[in-house]
Amino acid sequence: MERAKGNVTGAPVLECRNVGRTFEGRGGSGKNEVLRGVNFEVHENEFLVLFGAGQCGKTTLLNILAGLDMPTEGEVYTRGQKVTGPAPERGVVYQKTSLFPWMTVEDNVGFGPEVRHMPKEERRARIKKYLELVGLTGFEKSYPSQLSGGMRQRVGIARAYANQPDIMLMDEPFGHLDAQTRYMMEEELQRIWQKEKRTVVFVTNNIEEALFLADRVILLTNCPTHIKQEYVIDMPHPRDYTDPEFLRLRQLITDNMDLTL
Amino acid sequence: MKQFLHKYKYILISVCSFLFVLVVWQLVTDVFHMVSAVMLPSPTKILETFVYKLTGGTVPDGATLFQNIWSSLQIALGGYAVGVLIGVPLGVGMAWSRRFELFAKPLFDIIRPVPALAWIPLMILWLGIGYASKVGIIFFAAFISATVNSYAGIRRTTQVHLWVGKTFGATNRQLLFKVAIPTALPMIFTGLRLALGSAWVALVAAEMLAATKGLGYMIQMARLMGRPDVIIVGMLTIGFVGLLLNTILEKLQKRFVRGAKKDD
Repeated sequence: MERAKGNVTGAPVLECRNVGRTFEGRGGSGKNEVLRGVNFEVHENEFLVLFGAGQCGKTTLLNILAGLDMPTEGEVYTRGQKVTGPAPERGVVYQKTSLFPWMTVEDNVGFGPEVRHMPKEERRARIKKYLELVGLTGFEKSYPSQLSGGMRQRVGIARAYANQPDIMLMDEPFGHLDAQTRYMMEEELQRIWQKEKRTVVFVTNNIEEALFLADRVILLTNCPTHIKQEYVIDMPHPRDYTDPEFLRLRQLITDNMDLTL
Repeated sequence: MKQFLHKYKYILISVCSFLFVLVVWQLVTDVFHMVSAVMLPSPTKILETFVYKLTGGTVPDGATLFQNIWSSLQIALGGYAVGVLIGVPLGVGMAWSRRFELFAKPLFDIIRPVPALAWIPLMILWLGIGYASKVGIIFFAAFISATVNSYAGIRRTTQVHLWVGKTFGATNRQLLFKVAIPTALPMIFTGLRLALGSAWVALVAAEMLAATKGLGYMIQMARLMGRPDVIIVGMLTIGFVGLLLNTILEKLQKRFVRGAKKDD
């Protein structure tokens, strides 16, 4: 491996400083603390996976990174700037059903450039480039309802790429796919990412997915979510699920997981 | 022949039901005289009257069928246009802006359950019995459906779609026009169709009370003159024109609402 250990050198693209989020219960009763003291940095072109088994906190954390939700404690910085709201510099790939059903594939992919008033010719070239990157050339005029689940998530990835964000946030993008499609999409994402590197924060509750993709895995605990451990994953790509090192890391992280729900 | 039967089987069944009703109708009226012609004229008599009114007959209401249709259409489409032009933006606005909703919705909620026909006395008092008062009544009929459905349509916008819009750099205005309104479009069209139906219904009622021309007026005059054949011709015409208008809107909807309604 040429890349430095897990590619963790360089100035941070994104910093999460002591982030906490507490939801107020109805009528002031029963506060729900979802995140507590979350601290981490993401570096240029690093593929960071936030991994945790529980149901709470991960999506909230990602929404805070995206600027869609505000932390009740701490701050998020992107390249030294405090995050105060959503911005196209932080693109998001959502869990599912996030494509606009009334738009064709090409209009979905071109959505970001369009709302940012990119000239038509340039936009068209960009749509073409990223549809090619995710292997969907020929489906420009299809509507999302005509595509399979895996293809829809490819469109979601192409849409995020087409906006050329500084950092991509992915919220369990393959969580709703069947196992076979999921393996395929993980390989696809790895291929796409190798071809056009981006800084990625990827949320998952699947340990194999985490180990297959990550430069670094952050293990999160359950409610309130905080960081339990970090693991630099220094294995060459493409990775093999049956590799002894893969299995060792899998065992190591799983043993450290907090399985109380 | 067998193939022909197979292909048009369902149409044939429907045609049979129509023929059955017409034959029975003809039998109980003109053939066996079981029902008095003053109560129920025969289908052949109705057809005769229809041809007469269509080809320029002006008895008993003083206008031909086309003049009556044209008069009714002017009123219906006038009131409908105003109702939709105010109702759709009002519904969209109330669903999109919390402040505007707090301002406008209580007022709207009071007006909403009042039937359009209950406005007839006030409209006549304020606007007389001419074009304006009837347009006013139709306006209320169309406006309510257009508003309610546009409001509900915008409310169907999913959180994830709004998130996508925001994280991809859309402004608030772009979120409305590129995300919320396209989401609402199928329901807005449903509202337009329902509004057209209500407008057409209210029109006939309004014309029965205050008019000098129009399909509703024609029916009313025919009742006074004891002409059930003209009443039935009027009813059928109202039905056909309503169906035609609805079909036009359906075609428009197919053209403007793209993709599937389902989003996964």
